[in-house]
Amino acid sequence: MPFCAGCGIFTVMNTFLRAINELGHEDLSKFVFCSGIGCSAWIPSPHFIADSMHTPHGRSIPVATGIKLFRPDVNVVVFGGDGDIVGIGLSHFIHAARRNLDVLVIMVNNMVYGMTGGQVAPTTPFKARTTTTPYGSFEEPLDAARLAVAADACYVSRWTTVHQNELRESIKKAVNMQGFRFIEVISQCPTAFGRRAGFEGVSEMLRWFKENSVTIEQAEKLSKDVLAQKIVVGEFVQKQRRTLVENVHSTIREAQEVEEN
Amino acid sequence: MKPAKRETYFWQGNEACAEAAITAGCRFFAGYPITPASELFEHMAERLPQHGGITIQMEDEMASLGAVIGASWTGNKAMTATSGPGFSLMQELIGYAFMTETPCVVADMQRAGPSTGQATKCGQGDVMQSRWGTHGDYAAIVLAPNSAQEMSDLTVRAFNLSEKFRTPVVLLSDEIVAHMREQVTVPPVEGMEIINRKKPKPRDKAFFGLEEVPPMPSLGEGFNVIVTGSTHDEYGVRSTASPLVHRRLVERLNDKIKNHAGEIADSETYNVDDCKIGIVSYGCTSRAIYEATEDAEKKGIRTGYARLKTLWPFPTGIVEKLAASAKAIIVPEMNLKQIFYEVERAAKGRAKVVPMNKIGGGELITPEELLAKIEEVAGKND
Repeated sequence: MPFCAGCGIFTVMNTFLRAINELGHEDLSKFVFCSGIGCSAWIPSPHFIADSMHTPHGRSIPVATGIKLFRPDVNVVVFGGDGDIVGIGLSHFIHAARRNLDVLVIMVNNMVYGMTGGQVAPTTPFKARTTTTPYGSFEEPLDAARLAVAADACYVSRWTTVHQNELRESIKKAVNMQGFRFIEVISQCPTAFGRRAGFEGVSEMLRWFKENSVTIEQAEKLSKDVLAQKIVVGEFVQKQRRTLVENVHSTIREAQEVEEN
Repeated sequence: MKPAKRETYFWQGNEACAEAAITAGCRFFAGYPITPASELFEHMAERLPQHGGITIQMEDEMASLGAVIGASWTGNKAMTATSGPGFSLMQELIGYAFMTETPCVVADMQRAGPSTGQATKCGQGDVMQSRWGTHGDYAAIVLAPNSAQEMSDLTVRAFNLSEKFRTPVVLLSDEIVAHMREQVTVPPVEGMEIINRKKPKPRDKAFFGLEEVPPMPSLGEGFNVIVTGSTHDEYGVRSTASPLVHRRLVERLNDKIKNHAGEIADSETYNVDDCKIGIVSYGCTSRAIYEATEDAEKKGIRTGYARLKTLWPFPTGIVEKLAASAKAIIVPEMNLKQIFYEVERAAKGRAKVVPMNKIGGGELITPEELLAKIEEVAGKND
């Protein structure tokens, strides 16, 4: 596999497959995977024995749209990094949530453009050093999970790679739900992010995740300044509303009734 | 709903394209509003659901073509339509469709650019973009209708070529052809040639090579197909460094079109074997050649033309023929010499190639202007 030693992708990949297996799937024949460009796009493609589409950078969600509309019976899962999903592909992400496209998006957020060597991302913490912000990032990061909530997603959760049990349960829940579902996994990139941001190694990054994670309830009591240093984990929303697939197919039925009359 | 016999309609070019797409089997349209292609989109929004198909408005042109590609991989014929600015944005996904061998049709109703240019006015400035717009070594199939009738006929052909060669096909129309209303005769659906992609046999595994146009499975059929825009081997497995795998893939993708250029290239011709002045034209501009040729002949100037229905692969053969008989070839275009150099290349110096260009305000080259040019060029070449 093309991933660096200590990469969080191994955890996400294993956790996903374990979750699917615990749901009773012996293979991936009920799934179609879409991914864009970046390290985490390689989770399904070409590593899963399954149908997968590895698309241009940022376009995994539009391609998934075309697939899901014609194959409501298969589970369409999108894997992507933060650059792919909420950088170049951000508008597709928001619109898919708004339309309630029936896909599960798993975003591996390593806070950096890893595959290209460690450039600043929309998710990079303020003041963190990257190759394109050698004096520290002068921008505030995007909170992708809360954005998905605002865009009316049906399920949103955020965990880190140290929250493997929670992540697994979260995946199991999301896979069996309808509508737009989003799971953000804060993940370590020791190679392209950690070493420039001042971490000694993988274990220090994982310790940082563990010590700085707070629940949504805990976060409510913290000041903005304190919160800026924290990772808020948990389930942000879990609800049902009419999905794009339902709406599109009822439109087809209505159009055909009008035509017949 | 489908015409059972030959039927005649009074259709806008955009409508003719939409109806023909449905006849060809198109069941998915994803688009983004843009003048002068919106009527096609609107017509599809009304008509596709009646046929059990889906029309959806996406957030931009990349998303539109992305959704079209996804739909195509579920086994459905799919298309999008746009104009110059949107066509520029789609270049990314056109390259992806080419590399992944995804059949789909992209209609570009050209308008005056660059940039927003004159958004409601006609132009023919996307000729080279349609050939070279996406990055990398790419072979394009581009058809150029010049009437509402051809918006119908060439749309069916675009889908057929796309399915046959497993490649994106561009219907390069323009504002005038897209917007004008004309009589369109639709032949009976029975007996019409409709080509569908070759499907794999149950144990097939090589969906990206081993033969010129490999079979294409659909997602969700149990083939475990790996689709990627990265360089890949015959089985879809990425090979991002091997020189051999890259050469084999990209050369095959180009060859499968290049080796059939003669079959794909199509043109309407008159007097090409025996004329003094030749004209090479396409799209809306070519509507002036009929009257101009007739008038020139009345004045004793033997005139012939090759009206290109396929722009890419470039119909070199017919231009060679024209150059062998004509002393000079006039190339009228609503751009600043885009197909001109191709004609010059094909003519190989045997005939003088004379540009005739007009841009701005959507003003067509009139038959009178073309006649004057024919007379001027004929006078100089006596």
